[in-house]
Parts: sequence; structure tokens; C-alpha cells
Amino acid sequence: MQIKNILAVVGFALLAWLLLDYQAVDQQQTLTIGGPFEFTSQDLSKDGFMYTRMQVAEALVDVRPDGSLIPKLASDWLVSDNGLEWRFSLRSGVSFHDGRPLNADAVVYSLQKAMAKPGVVQQLPLERLYADAEQVVVELSRPYKPLLSILAHYSLAILSPSSYDEQGQVVALSGTGPYQVALLAPPHKLNVRRFPEYWGEAASIEQVHYLTGHRAESRALQAQSGQADLIYTLDPASLDLLERADNVWVHSQSIPRTVLLKLNNAHPYLNNKQTRQALSLALDREGLSEHVVRVPDSAAYQLFPPALGHWHLSELAEKQRNLALAGELLKQQGWQLGSDGVLEREGERFRLNLVTYADRPELTVLATAIQAQLAEIGVEVEVVVDNSSAIPARHHDGTLELALIARNYGTLSDPLALLVDDHLQGGGDWGPMNWSSPSLSELLESLMSSDGEQDRQLTRQAALLLADELPLIPVLFYTQQVAVNQRVQNFQFDPFELNYRVAEMSFAN
Amino acid sequence: MLIKILGRRLAQAVFVAWAVGTLTFFLMNLLPGDFAYRIAAGRYGYDYVNQAAADAVRAELGLDRSVWLQYLDWFRDLLRFNLGDSLVSGNPVSQELAHQLGHSLQLALFASLLSLLIAVPLGLYAGRQVGSALDRASLFISVLLRAQPVFVIGLVLVLIFALQFQLLPVAGFGGSRYLILPALSLALSMAALSSRMIRNATHQVLGSSYYQFARFKGLSEQQAFTHHAQPNIALPVVAFIGIQAVSLIEGIVMIESLFSWPGIGHALAHAIFGRDVPMIQGAALVMGLLFVLINLLVDLCCYWLDPRQREEGLQ
Repeated sequence: MQIKNILAVVGFALLAWLLLDYQAVDQQQTLTIGGPFEFTSQDLSKDGFMYTRMQVAEALVDVRPDGSLIPKLASDWLVSDNGLEWRFSLRSGVSFHDGRPLNADAVVYSLQKAMAKPGVVQQLPLERLYADAEQVVVELSRPYKPLLSILAHYSLAILSPSSYDEQGQVVALSGTGPYQVALLAPPHKLNVRRFPEYWGEAASIEQVHYLTGHRAESRALQAQSGQADLIYTLDPASLDLLERADNVWVHSQSIPRTVLLKLNNAHPYLNNKQTRQALSLALDREGLSEHVVRVPDSAAYQLFPPALGHWHLSELAEKQRNLALAGELLKQQGWQLGSDGVLEREGERFRLNLVTYADRPELTVLATAIQAQLAEIGVEVEVVVDNSSAIPARHHDGTLELALIARNYGTLSDPLALLVDDHLQGGGDWGPMNWSSPSLSELLESLMSSDGEQDRQLTRQAALLLADELPLIPVLFYTQQVAVNQRVQNFQFDPFELNYRVAEMSFAN
Repeated sequence: MLIKILGRRLAQAVFVAWAVGTLTFFLMNLLPGDFAYRIAAGRYGYDYVNQAAADAVRAELGLDRSVWLQYLDWFRDLLRFNLGDSLVSGNPVSQELAHQLGHSLQLALFASLLSLLIAVPLGLYAGRQVGSALDRASLFISVLLRAQPVFVIGLVLVLIFALQFQLLPVAGFGGSRYLILPALSLALSMAALSSRMIRNATHQVLGSSYYQFARFKGLSEQQAFTHHAQPNIALPVVAFIGIQAVSLIEGIVMIESLFSWPGIGHALAHAIFGRDVPMIQGAALVMGLLFVLINLLVDLCCYWLDPRQREEGLQ
């Protein structure tokens, strides 16, 4: 056969392929979201964040962007005087995407499935969960104030009983949200469409598509070209690019995530407050903020970022870098500078390993910058880049010395649940290591049953104590940067990243 | 001869399936780090991986069992053509592979065919007109394209076709509009090499004594080219394209990630980070078999093109 004929056949085949596989997207009715977040399954304990963000699944309680909690599928709740029994009444007229009505039995079934999995739900001192008439009753073994923020977590969103197979795995996710799943292609794509029988106000935008984009530059180009309407997690280089685009604006907002140094507080070099203070004073946080992550004003001198309401203490003074004072504090601990510029004490060099993980790309860069900054006071640091699981693993086998981590203080809307787990329940795989404070434990115990002004006072004291004692050394706060297309009206941002709130948005005509 | 080729490749396929699976299993077990923690990090993400999650994973998957027992389980499943379930997503490995490897194959096939459309006419023309302006220009462009990582070619195409002219989407999948730019990036990179290969083969064949003889015995240029030059040019080119296709399937991670295209390269990297052994074994096994299949196709093409092989078979 003539080569020309073969090429003609190949060319024709490719053309036919393009024509037959063409799928039109109705841009006018579709909002496209891009972000780096991957999801692998329909299991809420693993990937529930994707289904609550896309408003497919809803929980009993909803977190507002300011961190306050409001009724969602539960219309209201009553707590017994001893704080051990919570009764939730359910909203009426709610149906799942499969057409079944929401009732107490369905809620209990869904919560029981969630409780069989690991996750934040395991922090609950749960005694019993059951349906009583049209109410859901939660019985606890001791009072637990952050119960509502746990129930608002994505892993406890309520699904229809038909969503599960015989082994209790979610195989056909059916929630109650304003959107229902239209196309599911993990780990990259989730398309949802408006659910006409939604109990609340119907969404204005008919379809929402989510696409995972691994590369920041590719995501920025999607925003710039107009292919995507909302792009989450922009990198600094892309911000410059997008500022010049006239079809896009950038929303920047603090989120409850903090980069911090986790220390082994029982390590012979690190087991006192002065040394921890010295390490903290040696950090040039402004430099890291301006020149490494390139987000101005992100330097952190306390653990809780501004997004966490009254846990963040605005009056806490910014402590400038002070190498002289750091050196003095170390000297008081018996450390002397050796001939090669590294501190020595009784023949031992001040040498530590610092573990970090590549899951968040900025951490490795920050770790090497911190390595250079600590070298200036004579602390020699060896950076080890591992997997994120190395942090809890090394915490438990005791090999962790220093670790640079990006901790999410907003996994639950109330940081109290996290602190209680860290300090009272033996959790703390990502919290302070080998450190305890009777004063803090007492404060947290009191916080579990306080409210109003007393609650504010106790919160303040707890936050101050952590900022002063430095069992974890705060480094930087995170800011989420979102590119928003000009056609999107009423853009909403949820710092807890539980909900993209697209149902409240609309398109400009 | 044909039966010999098929028999040899079948035996190779069985060996590859066993060897690749076994090797990946034991190599993964040699890697440092606690499997349960790694899998928990893959499943629940870095905000939620902790000892409780790792313990739950260990209990659920029976990771405390001996390595040999786990290996025997895998081997028994393999004999039943069952690749098992992913330890991270919980979905059957076959389903994950169908999605991810399916998309990789789609992209690789489209890109390979597109590269032929570019490389063959260009290579043949340049080979017939050695030293012409077009030959020199094609050399220059080839060097330029090969000197770039394929990622840069992709980025330039995005800037032109998606940003400047807004003709095609930047990234994504699901519909042919998303296929064009990643496929064109790969095709250009492949054609840069294969067009020069075709050009050299053409030049060599046209200068050979058997081609000269074909012309002397009175065949027209067209006849001589079709019957004597074409098959001889095609033989090395087919083998070369086979090798290119293999490297394409395993090595397009950069293009997949730039264009948010679900592919096996990305899936495999994540599976290794998350110690998702069944997924790695399944992917390595299917890719190993795929390479055997590509080799088989190359063999069959050469058999069809080369009369010497067919005659040998008849004798």
C-alpha cells in the first residue's frame, strides 16, 4: 500500500476520533472550580471534604465562615443539665438525592457508619447513639462541649442508607445538599448538578465542575483563560500574572493553618523554656514571610491564626528576631560556641535533625531557610524530607527531634476539641511532644463547661500560656489565595474549607 | 515463523507477569517506613494521619501477617486474574487501572499517530532532498524541540492556543477538546526525533545499490520507491516507534500533571508514596504485559514488511 494512503487513513481516523469524542460544556450554566486537592473514593472519612465542599453532602450542623455553628439538617438541639445527653430534632421536608426522606433512623445509620472509621469522631466520649421518635439522641460518658463542631465535620455528613454496600462502604453517594453527583472520576474530577428537590433555597448555578490541577502554573492559566471560575491555592508567581488579567480578581484570606516547629520537649537539648525561646528568637519570620512564601504579614508569634476568632490574641506583641538575646539564653544553658561556629556543651555538639514532608511543597524550602537561620546562633540542623506519616510515627517511637509541620487548627471549627485531644486525651501526634502543663490541663477542663465572658477569659489564658511556653514554636500563618472570575457574583469563602458555597453564588448577566 | 513469534511472546508474557509482580512486591517491602502509617497518610491525608488511623489500617489489612503469607495471597489472586483492591482508595485495582491507564493509552495512541502524520511526510521529503532548505530547517526545529523538556512545549502550546486564541481548554479531560494540546505536545516531541530517523533511513535507502539497481532495471521512481525503498525505510522506523510508544506510556507524567490528565505515571507515583502495593503490582504487571504486546505488534509488522522473514518461515 502507498504510504500516502496509510497517512490519509491515519489522518481520517484521528479526525473521526476528535469529532466522535467531542463533548460540549454549557459554560453559561457551569461554574468550574480548580484546586490541588485530590480525592480517591466516596468514603467520607477519607474524602468527605470534597462532597461537603461541592455541597452534595450536609451535616447536622453547619459552620459559618466566622466559625460559629448554626443548624443544618438538625433544626435545633437540647442538652441535658448534666451535659451528658444531647437531643437533636431534625429539619422536616428534607429528602436525599435518591428520593428517600431524611429521618432519625437514616441519620443514626449514617453516623454509626462514620463512627466505625478512624477520624475526629473517635475523640467523642460516646456512650450511646439512637433514634427516639423523630429525634437523634447522643449520650456521652462525660460533658463534651465541642460536640457540635465534631458533628459539623465532613466525615459526619449524613448520607442516605442506600449509599452503602453490605460492608458499609459508600458506593453510590447520596446526600441532601443543593447539588447531586453527576459524574465522578477520582482522583481528578467531580461534576455535580442542581438537586431540584432541595429543602432550602435552590441554587442559581445549574452545574459545578471540580478539576484537580497538580501544577500551580496550570491552575493560574485556567483562571486567566476563563476556563475555570474559581481557582484555589495560587502560588506567588501566579499572583503577579493574575493581577494583570482583567477578567479575574484575587481573594486573599487567612485560614486556620499554621507552620510550626514541633519539638521533642524531652530531648536533653530542648527540655527547657529558655532553649525553645532562643530557637524562636533566632527565626527571621518576616524574612520567611516576605521572601520565601511571599505572603506579607504572615509571620506567626502565636499558634492560632486570625481566622480562629477569639483564640487569636491580636494584642500579642510581635517579637523581633533577636540573635544576641538568643545567644545569651543558650549561654545560660551552658552552651559555648565552638571553633567551627557550632554550639558545644560538655563535648556534645548542638546538632538536631529536622523532619518535614514533601506533601506541602513550601515546607521543604522553609526547612532549609530555617536551617540557615538556626546556624547563625550555632545550632546545626540536618533536614530530613519524608512522608507526612513520619511525624506521628516518629512522635511515637521517640526519634523526632525537630519537625517542621503545617498544622490545620481548623479541622474542627472549635480548636478546643483539638487541644483537649492534644493535652487531655493522649492524642497530640501533631501537637506538643513530651510536654504537659497542669495549668493548661486545668484551663481546658474548665473550658469544657464554660460559656460567655468566662469562656473568653479562659481561652485567652490558654492561648497566652501556649505562646509563652512554646511547646510548639509558631513560624507562619497561611493565607488562602483564590482567583475569582469577574462573572461570579456573591463569591463566598469558607476559611475552614468545608464548603465552597457555590449554591449562594450566581453569574453576572 | 508466525507461530514461533506468537509462542515466544506468550511465554514472555507469562514470565513478565510473574516476575514483575514478585519483584515489585519484594522491592516495596524493602523500602523503609511503616506501611500502616504510609497507607493511613495516603487515605486520610496529612491533616488526619495519626497513630489511631495507622492502627486501624494495620488491623483492617492484616499488615502484621508475614510477608510470605501476603505474597502467597497475591499470587493466588493473580492465578484467578484478580488484581485485588487498592489499599488507599479501596476500589478494585482493575477499575483504577481501567481509568488511569486507559487515559494514558488514549493519549499515547493519539500522540503516536499524530507524530506519524508529522514525521513521515517531513522525514521522507527531507531524506529525498538532503541538504535542501527544508532539510536544514527540519534539523534546526528538531534540535530545538528535543532540547526542551516536553513540559515547556506544552506550556507554549497552552499560551498560544488556550490563552491567546482561546480555542482550546488549558487542562482537563472528558471530550476530545482536552486531548488535542497534550497530544500535540507529545507528538511534536516524538516527531522531532522520528522525522530525523526517517530522513536518515530514506537517504540511506535511496543511495543503496539495490535501489539504484531497481531504477536501472527500468522501474519508474514511483515504482522503485513503493516496492524497494518503502519497506526498507519502514523496518527500522517501526522498531523505533515501538520503543517510543513504550517510553511514552511510562514517561508522560509531566504532561499529565500539566494538563490535569489522569494517567498511570501520576497514579503510580502516588501509589509508591502511599505504599499501595496491589496498585503498584497491578500497574507494573499490566504495563509489563503491554510492553510485550507492543513488541509483538512490532514483530508482526516487521514480519509483514520483510519478505526474508516470511521466506525463512516457509522453509
